[in-house]
Amino acid sequence: MNVRKAGWWFVAPAVIVLGVFFFLPVLAALAMSLTDFDLYALSDSANLRFVGLQNYGRLLTEPLFWKALGNTLYFVALGVPLSICASLGSALLVNSKLARFRNVFRTIFFAPVVTTLVAVAVVWRYIFHTRYGFLNYGLSELGLAPIDWMGDPHWAMPAIVILAVWKNFGYNMIILLAALQSIPEDLYEAARIDGASGWQLFRHVTLPSLAPVLMLVSILTMTGYFQLFAEPYVMTEGGPLQSTLSVLYFMYEEGFKWWSLGRASAVAFLLFVLMFAVTALQLRMGRREVSA
Amino acid sequence: MQQHRSTEASGRGITRRTVIAGIAGATVTLIGCGNARSGRQRVRFWAVGREGEVATQLIQGFVTAHPDIEVEVQRLPFTAAHEKLLTAYAGDTLPDLCQLGNTWVPEFAALNALEPLDARVAASGAVDASDYFAEFLNSNRVDAALYGLPWYVDTRLLYYRRDLLQQAGFDAPPTSWAEWEAMLGAIKKLGGNDKFSVLLPINEFEPLLVMALQQPSEVLRDSGRWGNFRSDDFKRAMNFYKGIFDRGWAPRATNTQISNVWDEFGKGYFSFYISGPWNIAEFKSRLPANLQDAWMTAPMPGPNGPGVSSAGGSSLVVFRSSPVKDAAWQLAEYLSLPQTQSHFYDLTGNMPPRRSSWKIPALVQSSYARAFHEQLDRVRSPPKVPEWERIATEMRLAGERVVQGAQTVDEAVADLDRKTDAILEKRRWMLDRAAHAGKGAA
Repeated sequence: MNVRKAGWWFVAPAVIVLGVFFFLPVLAALAMSLTDFDLYALSDSANLRFVGLQNYGRLLTEPLFWKALGNTLYFVALGVPLSICASLGSALLVNSKLARFRNVFRTIFFAPVVTTLVAVAVVWRYIFHTRYGFLNYGLSELGLAPIDWMGDPHWAMPAIVILAVWKNFGYNMIILLAALQSIPEDLYEAARIDGASGWQLFRHVTLPSLAPVLMLVSILTMTGYFQLFAEPYVMTEGGPLQSTLSVLYFMYEEGFKWWSLGRASAVAFLLFVLMFAVTALQLRMGRREVSA
Repeated sequence: MQQHRSTEASGRGITRRTVIAGIAGATVTLIGCGNARSGRQRVRFWAVGREGEVATQLIQGFVTAHPDIEVEVQRLPFTAAHEKLLTAYAGDTLPDLCQLGNTWVPEFAALNALEPLDARVAASGAVDASDYFAEFLNSNRVDAALYGLPWYVDTRLLYYRRDLLQQAGFDAPPTSWAEWEAMLGAIKKLGGNDKFSVLLPINEFEPLLVMALQQPSEVLRDSGRWGNFRSDDFKRAMNFYKGIFDRGWAPRATNTQISNVWDEFGKGYFSFYISGPWNIAEFKSRLPANLQDAWMTAPMPGPNGPGVSSAGGSSLVVFRSSPVKDAAWQLAEYLSLPQTQSHFYDLTGNMPPRRSSWKIPALVQSSYARAFHEQLDRVRSPPKVPEWERIATEMRLAGERVVQGAQTVDEAVADLDRKTDAILEKRRWMLDRAAHAGKGAA
């Protein structure tokens, strides 16, 4: 047996598992997205029609799909930078030698990540409550008018962003913390001897050393945020006025609520193409920056 | 069962003997299943939510009376019931008897999954079709065939604060839209800006649906082929609905935003609430003792005098795939007996669909149930098409857009008709094809 063949034998189990449980379903979904598979087709395959690219065509002319896409992009654009800033900020804080009880804070900041979203949502619904909410209480102390967080179509998405950032920043904080601790102390010492200020240390030592990890974290966060689903599902059910309906939520409703599996598959592929494009763009930009 | 045993075995460490015993056990179980017909019959009964919790208790009498039938009750969570049933249908693992919301009956009938029950009802000594509230039985009919037997009924009507209504100068609840509007206005004046007259949660389609059903014309036209939302009748309902929000009588809020509707009702945040029978028990247990005399139920007011409401509820259905249809039907008969329904009412507060069951003392004495009893004769089924729930959701969204001022009534109904027609496209295609095939055969 030659080496090349042996290699194939070694990867065969993984390839077979991937093929059966990943590639085959993906191909089936692609085929399904070209049909109008629905409840009627489930009962009798004679009710299945091949519709070609009609599902895609209809989606691209469906205002609700564009709205869902817009909502998702808004969430990503607002949520990802905020989330990473929060993670970086908290990582710097708990890494600082000046801070006391660092381990306690690390645990506290990480706690939201491991809590159940459904339970947390109950608490947050009260925090966002228009009349009894903690957040509006804080606003009134500052002399600001109360905000109808869950009822006003303009504020519902920012409210979801706040919840998502709070829920997720701890995870990236841990990754960034590990990266911070692996930056050699000599670099800081050398810079300090050269007379660098605190800001300069951060700008010219910390940030460049973190760049690859920041890249990774932002890609992970972005792909995660593109798949926004659970937060609106438990908080707003996509409302008010469908202002928190995300692409994934749209797909869920098409597929599992209304059983238009053909259309739902088409949504999945459009989302895949979009995420693939954005990630590729991000990687290219990141590579240029890291090498520059 | 089998799985259970093998996990226990693995806990003790798997020896060759336990494995062999396990395989032998599995074989015996398989043979047991195969021989089900010759000995004891096993009826699998699925019930949803609260009904699922009490089902085992409810069927005790049946189990003792029928030693030859073994009933296996499985409880489905309310929120996942629809998905589980469809998955079971796709995987060919449907139960024998099942509780099914009556708006889902057309959908499962379209899947050809339901056993028609007309012959069984006609032959039955326990079930008498004329004893049922007619429209509820009718809501289980698709193309003249009966696919479900109503198990309990659900309709929406008014819950109201008697004391606040009295303060506003009214002794009796409204019977017409005009009267209701007068009361809503008076209560709003009394409560001021911080309080509202009525809660119509904008995440529920029922209030708007009831107002639409109160109009003479159909919500869908040509036997459910096209939307009929541009009709003057639907626009009238939509305008009435919009008016309640525009005049500040109802908050533009969802149920979840209110956080605790019972508490807010007690505080007088709103005085009218459109809801179903289950809330009788909730208000009884959640409102403080000094408010127990302050609330009451009333039938829905209509455009010109007492109006209709929607015919909801759950039915018992036998699936076509069942190998033990006769035994499943026997269980359905038992669950439909007036004494079983009386027990059912005690356990859950679910209202019985048979007139004779309404003679039970607990129901006769409940003043809160009286309005429901009156309303049950004035109900209308929503359109019986499989796509209805999706259309109802679109209707709710159209209502929300109108209420929030994002669209005018005319824009919203035109949009709604366009969406409904698109949703019904497949249905039209199938109906046309069936008609064509019928012609070809003739």
